[in-house]
Amino acid sequence: MSDTAFDLVVIGSGPGGYVAAIRAAQLGLRTACVEKRGPLGGTCLNVGCIPSKALLHSSHHFAMAGQEFAEHGIAFGKLDLDLAAMMARKEKVVDELTKGIAFLFKKNKVTHFTGLGRIDAPGKVAVVEEGGKETALTAKNIVIASGSDVAPLPGVAIDEKKILSSTGALSLPKVPKRLAVIGAGVIGLELGSVWRRLGAEVTVFEYLDRILMPMDGELAKGAKKILTKQGLQFELGVKVTAAKATKQGVEIAFEAAKGGDAKTLVADAVLVAIGRVPYTEGLGLEKAGVATDAKGRVEIDAHFQTNVKGIYAIGDVVRGAMLAHKAEDEGIAVAEILAGQAGHVNYDAIPGVVYTWPEIAAVGKTEEELKAAGVAYKTGKFPFQANSRGRTSGDLEGFVKILADEKTDRVLGVHIIGPAAGELIGEAGLALEFGASAEDIARTCHAHPGYGEAVKEAALAVEGRAIHA
Amino acid sequence: MAKEIIVPVLGESVTEATVAQWFKAVGDTVAADEPLLELETDKVTLEVPAPVAGQLSEIVAANGVDVEVGALLGRIEEGNGATAQKPAAKAAPATPAKAAPATPAPAPKPAALAADLPLAPAVRKLVEEQGLNPAAIPGTGKDGRLTKEDVLRHLEGGQAPSAPAAEAAPVETRGVEAAPREERVRMSRLRKRVAERLKEAQNTAAMLTTFNEVDMSALKRARTQYRDSFEKKHGVRLGYMSFFVKAAIVALKEIPEVNAQIEGEEIVYKNHYDIGVAVGSPQGLVVPVLRDADRLGFAEVEKEIGAFGARARDGKLTMEELTGGTFTISNGGVFGSLLSTPILNPPQSAILGMHKIQDRPVAIDGKVEVRPMMYLALSYDHRLVDGREAVTFLVRLKECIEDPERILLDL
Repeated sequence: MSDTAFDLVVIGSGPGGYVAAIRAAQLGLRTACVEKRGPLGGTCLNVGCIPSKALLHSSHHFAMAGQEFAEHGIAFGKLDLDLAAMMARKEKVVDELTKGIAFLFKKNKVTHFTGLGRIDAPGKVAVVEEGGKETALTAKNIVIASGSDVAPLPGVAIDEKKILSSTGALSLPKVPKRLAVIGAGVIGLELGSVWRRLGAEVTVFEYLDRILMPMDGELAKGAKKILTKQGLQFELGVKVTAAKATKQGVEIAFEAAKGGDAKTLVADAVLVAIGRVPYTEGLGLEKAGVATDAKGRVEIDAHFQTNVKGIYAIGDVVRGAMLAHKAEDEGIAVAEILAGQAGHVNYDAIPGVVYTWPEIAAVGKTEEELKAAGVAYKTGKFPFQANSRGRTSGDLEGFVKILADEKTDRVLGVHIIGPAAGELIGEAGLALEFGASAEDIARTCHAHPGYGEAVKEAALAVEGRAIHA
Repeated sequence: MAKEIIVPVLGESVTEATVAQWFKAVGDTVAADEPLLELETDKVTLEVPAPVAGQLSEIVAANGVDVEVGALLGRIEEGNGATAQKPAAKAAPATPAKAAPATPAPAPKPAALAADLPLAPAVRKLVEEQGLNPAAIPGTGKDGRLTKEDVLRHLEGGQAPSAPAAEAAPVETRGVEAAPREERVRMSRLRKRVAERLKEAQNTAAMLTTFNEVDMSALKRARTQYRDSFEKKHGVRLGYMSFFVKAAIVALKEIPEVNAQIEGEEIVYKNHYDIGVAVGSPQGLVVPVLRDADRLGFAEVEKEIGAFGARARDGKLTMEELTGGTFTISNGGVFGSLLSTPILNPPQSAILGMHKIQDRPVAIDGKVEVRPMMYLALSYDHRLVDGREAVTFLVRLKECIEDPERILLDL
């Protein structure tokens, strides 16, 4: 067999692509993965989840040192920030993880091509290297996992110096005195938090009159209160009409979303974080006849197949939440389908996590969704104030909220703001997958003392019988 | 565009069927009219063809699921082209559209509490790949949930006891681990229906059986004499069955009660002679009906019976072919039966049982001769047919078989 003939060629090596490639290889398919960027891992590992989490952890330590250590009886002289070292550490984490994928590819015999993957026809992919050199691959099936890119905002041209996307905001050479963030979604709040902790004054602009759409309203409200206390300023219900780089910094023009007087704010930098759009540039979709929808997403059927036979798509480039773990699960499912197995993704049990501190995490239905659907539900809530582990660590903010079917007690949604909420939410996902009742959670033994006890107490609270509240 | 695959009209008074087997897996490419699956009804199994060419995108009613006429079986994504791969079995929450998460697997008739619960991820994958109906597997998990272990155990039990697992068991375990001591298999719809109807016949009719025996010498002779020329002319073998059908009609015409039925307070005499001929099929016993057999020639009777046999083997008999007989002939002789008492095929009033032809010594004109003999049995509904008529019927039939010219002359 020629070394350019494959059962499967995956375009993109982000969490969707690399996982699909490894799973397919595990299942015996001769698999190649084409990645345009030098290092593997896509947005997530290079300029997304991973570097932002590295900075969130570092900045959290910095903030704790400044604000909380004294209370723990840890005294030191002057607190200093070595931003270059913090950034270097972040780079090291990214480097290790991307190399980890290269290792996994080797281990699983996935062939890695560096270059832009361009579909010339069903079954034909050209790898276009930066110098223009092309390598033709043949594939029984193709999986598009090309991911997404920063959504542009009209009137705001990103230069990654003063007007930043998330990529630029992960690599600032110094802490801006004043940072403006456009968009109160996950990225805006996480990176806003990073720079706030490191000393910037941060103002978050949001078009809607609430943050963290489409998360549960009560959760978002709780988050806003806590983040405001940490010094984030919010301008909700406003529209940013322009951002101009000036000598001093950036001049941001905004007005009420409903219309109103134009105002300006001058910041040292502005982060545009209004969302992401599917990335399909240079893929040759048009030539291959692959259909996309009005939002530019590749259209797929229930088995991830596009309208063109043998061409599949997963991850950010298709419908659904733009989340690494959603893409990963789709990667597993599509690989298994291609290997002749059954493959599923349960889109009703995909957790969402915001890695601020406290963390914000949710899985399943929000109260708003249940109300809109006319579902009768019960609510159980428990505050970390009353959680003993939270007491010992000093993490007292936030709560766990469990929504359960009024009649059957089946868990419909779990919403957490609190310490390690992103970890606690795993238990809730499992409950949803297995159709567990709130009582099932309540009767599952949870270790003491643990943040997880708050989940158990919230489950008890569904029946109005929390012990510690 | 997804085209829906719908349970077709199944025939008179048949509203329900069971999905016997999907021939195609999700993701398979299908041609228009290519058989997609087999439905099993009370009477026949029938194939459902693909309404359009395309790719089977969803199986809504999995194997073993009961469906009604007009119900959704699955969907085909229209289009053509073939895929080398076999992307299989991804699929379909049971009830489409609403309640996708809440609905477990295709189970129109939720058997247990657990039917409302979603399938655990590993279970969902497994049942789909194995084409199982989760509702038919007893769940041992919390609230009757199906666990992966339940499905695996079901799969083990459902398979023919194969070689003991490699790692398995001490050598001398006699039974317990080695092979299941009994096996439970869901009754096929046909079997269930046969059982119901036979019991119904026994419960309703005043059924009894009268016997006679017939000397097959003349028939044998006639058959030997004309076999070749008959086959040459008609392209079908001359068998005994056509003689029995024709002889039965002579006798039915003479004894109309045997061809009649009770309906409520009335007796319905049938002036048409639709003779059911019981034939074995892989699915079980089926009784296709020769319509207006009195108007059919010998060759036509033989041809039709031959065609029925072939179609029964392929499971292709239609509902129409299996309903509405006025009298039935069953031949247990093909399996070697010497004597048996057939059960009525309600609402018919009589059934003729043919048996094995056996050379036996019989007294002919005071001398013992060896003749090819067959016992005949006529089971009849005494509510309608008296002993005299039943016996006369059988005697008339015997006379016609022993002297086939009588059939020709209608004597």
